[in-house]
Amino acid sequence: MSEWTLYEVFIRSKHGLNHKHVGSVHAVDAEMAIENARDLYTRRNEGVSIWVAPSAAITATASDEKEPLFDPSEDKVYRHASFYELPDEVGHM
Amino acid sequence: MYAQQVETGTKAVKSLAEMGPEERAFQEKIDAEIKIEAKNWMPDNYRKTLIRQISQHAHSEIVGMLPEGNWVTRAPTLKRKLQLMAKIQDEAGHGLYLYSAMETLGADRDEEIEKLHSGRAKYSSIFNYPTLNWADMGAVGWLVDGAAIVNQVPLQRTSYGPYSRAMIRICKEESFHQRQGYEILLHMMRHGTQVQKDMVQDAINRLWWPSLMMFGPSDAESPNSAQSLAWKIKRHTNDELRQRFIDQTIPQLELLGCTVPDPDLKWNEERGHYDFGEIQWDEFYEVLKGNGPCNRERLETRRNATQDGAWVREAAVAHANKKQKQQAAA
Repeated sequence: MSEWTLYEVFIRSKHGLNHKHVGSVHAVDAEMAIENARDLYTRRNEGVSIWVAPSAAITATASDEKEPLFDPSEDKVYRHASFYELPDEVGHM
Repeated sequence: MYAQQVETGTKAVKSLAEMGPEERAFQEKIDAEIKIEAKNWMPDNYRKTLIRQISQHAHSEIVGMLPEGNWVTRAPTLKRKLQLMAKIQDEAGHGLYLYSAMETLGADRDEEIEKLHSGRAKYSSIFNYPTLNWADMGAVGWLVDGAAIVNQVPLQRTSYGPYSRAMIRICKEESFHQRQGYEILLHMMRHGTQVQKDMVQDAINRLWWPSLMMFGPSDAESPNSAQSLAWKIKRHTNDELRQRFIDQTIPQLELLGCTVPDPDLKWNEERGHYDFGEIQWDEFYEVLKGNGPCNRERLETRRNATQDGAWVREAAVAHANKKQKQQAAA
């Protein structure tokens, strides 16, 4: 079955959220990948839209890049709403 | 347990001080309950153990469809037939979620399936028992899926991310299986004839001990447990899970008005658990070795299905290639 391609599957639930990665399927082409993903990942109304992409086409961050990529955001606490202290009189903001 | 006696390839669990820097960082992540993901560094034996455990788990789901497939054409009503087909379809799905998790470790699905077909890979001992009457469909759902749930609920917290996520999805779907099984039995016990009630008791008599064996050998006979627990691939010992299963199942058994074939079963007030009799481990090891009542038949069915379906897979590839050429030409 080496000619079958591995596809990653993304599903959008009916609640209007983003497509979310759910797993993978093997298929001969994208159309079959959608059909297989339908059977495998939406047996109980889990989705209203499916994306499939060949696994080989996905570029991902490497685990050893974790620090240079994500550390810069760690020391910027002022990007969070909770950083700003306001008096109680302001109420909910 | 759907995976039994998974070899870890290690003789003794290393302490943090005995580990090199990479392995120590890995173990510290596990100790801190941080999930290991596909691209993270992991010890070779951790990877191999996971491939063995997840593939065995997946094979169990796939072979587990066979004892039930026997009853699709024999289900007593259309409603029961539809339920049974939905359950079997779920099991195919569970097998595929698990193969998909296994492939993130670099294993090849076809190769692992070939190991199953050639008898080199194991699957749960329970599926080597025959399903002889309709009540077996109830007892399988209630006891076998029940035991699987007890095993799988803690596996949602297993240390390997893709395996954990597959287990979360599986557990969501699994409770339907157990409830439909119990409902079959309850219906037979409350509305059935004496003959039908006897069928229920007969099914329980045959499947009770094999269900307890699903959790694998006792802790004293599980040389691999310590390492699997240290890696948090497993979260509880075999005996802990077996006891949990018995404790939660006996009240359901009493509600059915049935018994289990164990004269030593009784509530132990002091322990707060049920005591139970000795499991026939000789039988368990014989089934694992391939000498259970249905081992040969199960593998033959799997091999035939793969062979008979070969032309469909070849045709699908040929069709995809043709379409691609036509699109390129247009």
